[in-house]
Amino acid sequence: MNTRITLATAGRVLTQLRHDHRTIALLLVVPCVLLALLSWIFDDQPAVFDRIGPLLLAIFPLVVMFIVTSVAMLRERTSGTLERLLAMPLNKLDLLLGYALAFGVLAVLQSGIASAVSLWLLDLDIAGSTGWLLLTALLAALLGTALGLLASAFAQTEFQAVQFMPAFVLPQLLLCGLFVPREAMQSVLATISDVLPLSYAVDAMAEVAGNPGLTGAAGRDFAVLAAFIVGALALGAATLRRRTA
Amino acid sequence: MPAAIDIDGLTVHRGGNLVLDAVSCQVAAGSVTGLLGPSGSGKSTLIRSVVGVQRITSGTVTVLGQPAGSKPLRSRVGYVTQAPSVYADLSVRENLRYFAAVVGAAAGEVDRVISAVGLTDKTGALVARLSGGQRTRVSLAAALLGTPQVLVLDEPTVGLDPVLRRDLWEMFHGLANAGTTLLVSSHVMDEADRCTALLLLREGRVLAADSPAAIRRRTGTDDLESAFLAIIDAEQVGSR
Ligand SMILES: Nc1ncnc2c1ncn2[C@@H]1O[C@H](COP(=O)(O)OP(=O)(O)OP(=O)(O)O)[C@@H](O)[C@H]1O
Ligand SMILES: [Mg+2]
Repeated sequence: MNTRITLATAGRVLTQLRHDHRTIALLLVVPCVLLALLSWIFDDQPAVFDRIGPLLLAIFPLVVMFIVTSVAMLRERTSGTLERLLAMPLNKLDLLLGYALAFGVLAVLQSGIASAVSLWLLDLDIAGSTGWLLLTALLAALLGTALGLLASAFAQTEFQAVQFMPAFVLPQLLLCGLFVPREAMQSVLATISDVLPLSYAVDAMAEVAGNPGLTGAAGRDFAVLAAFIVGALALGAATLRRRTA
Repeated sequence: MPAAIDIDGLTVHRGGNLVLDAVSCQVAAGSVTGLLGPSGSGKSTLIRSVVGVQRITSGTVTVLGQPAGSKPLRSRVGYVTQAPSVYADLSVRENLRYFAAVVGAAAGEVDRVISAVGLTDKTGALVARLSGGQRTRVSLAAALLGTPQVLVLDEPTVGLDPVLRRDLWEMFHGLANAGTTLLVSSHVMDEADRCTALLLLREGRVLAADSPAAIRRRTGTDDLESAFLAIIDAEQVGSR
C-alpha cells in the first residue's frame, strides 16, 4: 500500500466529480427532495416519518454510491486507464482505497446536508445523536462503494452496470426492514435478510436514531458492516486482474 | 548490445484463437525498434505481453532481465495503449499530475512532458474537448513521466500530422541516444525507415527482424513497403 498513490487517486476521483456539476447537484439535492416528499406524504403521521426518515439516511448513500462507483470503475476498465494504471507501480488496494476515500468524503457531504435538512427543516425527531447518524451513513456509503467496485467486475457495459442497481439493490431494499420489520418476516425471508448487507446498515441506523448513546446492538451492526466492507474490497481486489485475456 | 526485451517462444490465445504463435525476438537496448505488421497481426497483443498485462499461453517475456510485468519493472517501463487511455473528464494537467503521482515523478515533470508533446497551450483544457490527435499526445505524455528506461508505444503517431510526427520521432531518437529503449508499433511504412531495427509481424509470427537497411538489401528493394510485400510473398510461396 502507498499513501501517496491512494490520496492522489482519491483527489483525482473528486476532481473528476468536481468537473461534473450536474452529478454533484443530483447527488446532494435528490436525497433532500425525496426526504421532503416523504415528510409531506406523512404530514399527518409524524411518527411514521420519524421511523422511516433515518432509515433513508442509510439507504441513500448506499444505493447512490453503489451506482456511481460501479459506473466509474467500469469506465476505468473500458477506457483503458485501468490497464495503464495496472502497468504502473500501483497497488490494487491503492486504487480501491482511493475510490473509497473519495466517495466517503462525498457521502459525508451528502448525508450531512440530508440530515441537516431532515432535522431542521422537516422536523425529523430522533432520540440519537447526529454524530452516530453521520457515521452510520458513512459506513453505508463505504459499503455501497465497496459493493459497486465488486459489481463492476461483472459488467461489460454501462447498461449492464446500471441494471445491477435493480438486480442487487432493490431486493435488499425490500428485505431490509423498511417495508416490513425484519422480525415480522417469514423465516425464509428473514434468513435471506440476515445475510444481506443493507439490512445491517438499516438496523444500525434504526438503533442510533432511536437511542441517545451507542447501544450494543448498534456496535454489533457496525462490526458486521465493517466486515462486509472489508470483504467486498478484498473480493474487489481479487477481481482486478493485472493480466487480462 | 544486450537485449532490453527478450521474447522466447511466446504463444498467446485470445478469444479461443491463436494470436501469437511461438514468437521469439529481441529488442536491443537503446534501439528504436519498430513493430510493423498488418491490422490484426498481433502487434498490440505482443506489446501487451511486454508490459505484462496480457494473459499468455506459453513462453517467456523478459524485460531488463526481469519477467515482464513484475513489480520492479512497473516504474521502469512506460506504456502507451493504442486507444488514448486518459481521463476525458480531467484537464491535460490534472491527468498528468495524477499519473505523475502514481509513478512518483517530480512535480516539474508534468510541464516537461506537456511541452515535449507540444500541448503547452492546452494545459488547462479538458481532454474531452481535445481533438483525437491531441488526446493521443496526452496519452503519450503520461508514458514519458519519470523517464522510464523502456518505452512501449502502441501506434503513438496515428492521426498526427507530418510535422508533429517528425518532431515525435526526433524525440524518440533523442531518448534512445540517452539510453532509453523504445518499442514502437506502427502500420505506416514510412515510419519504418525512422527505426533502427524492425520486427515484421504477420498472422502472429515474426517474418523478419533486422535493420531497415539489411531488410532492403536482402529483398533488393529501395523502399520498405515493397520489401515487406516481397517478404510476405516469399513466405506465402514457401508455405504452399
Ligand atoms: N480482447 C480480445 N478478445 C479476443 N480476441 C482479440 C481481442 N483483442 C484482439 N483480438 C484478436 O487478436 C488478434 C490480434 O489483435 P491485435 O490487437 O494484437 O492486432 P494489431 O496487430 O494490434 O492490429 P491493429 O493494427 O488493427 O491494431 C486479432 O485477430 C483480434 O481479432
Ligand atoms: Mg493494435
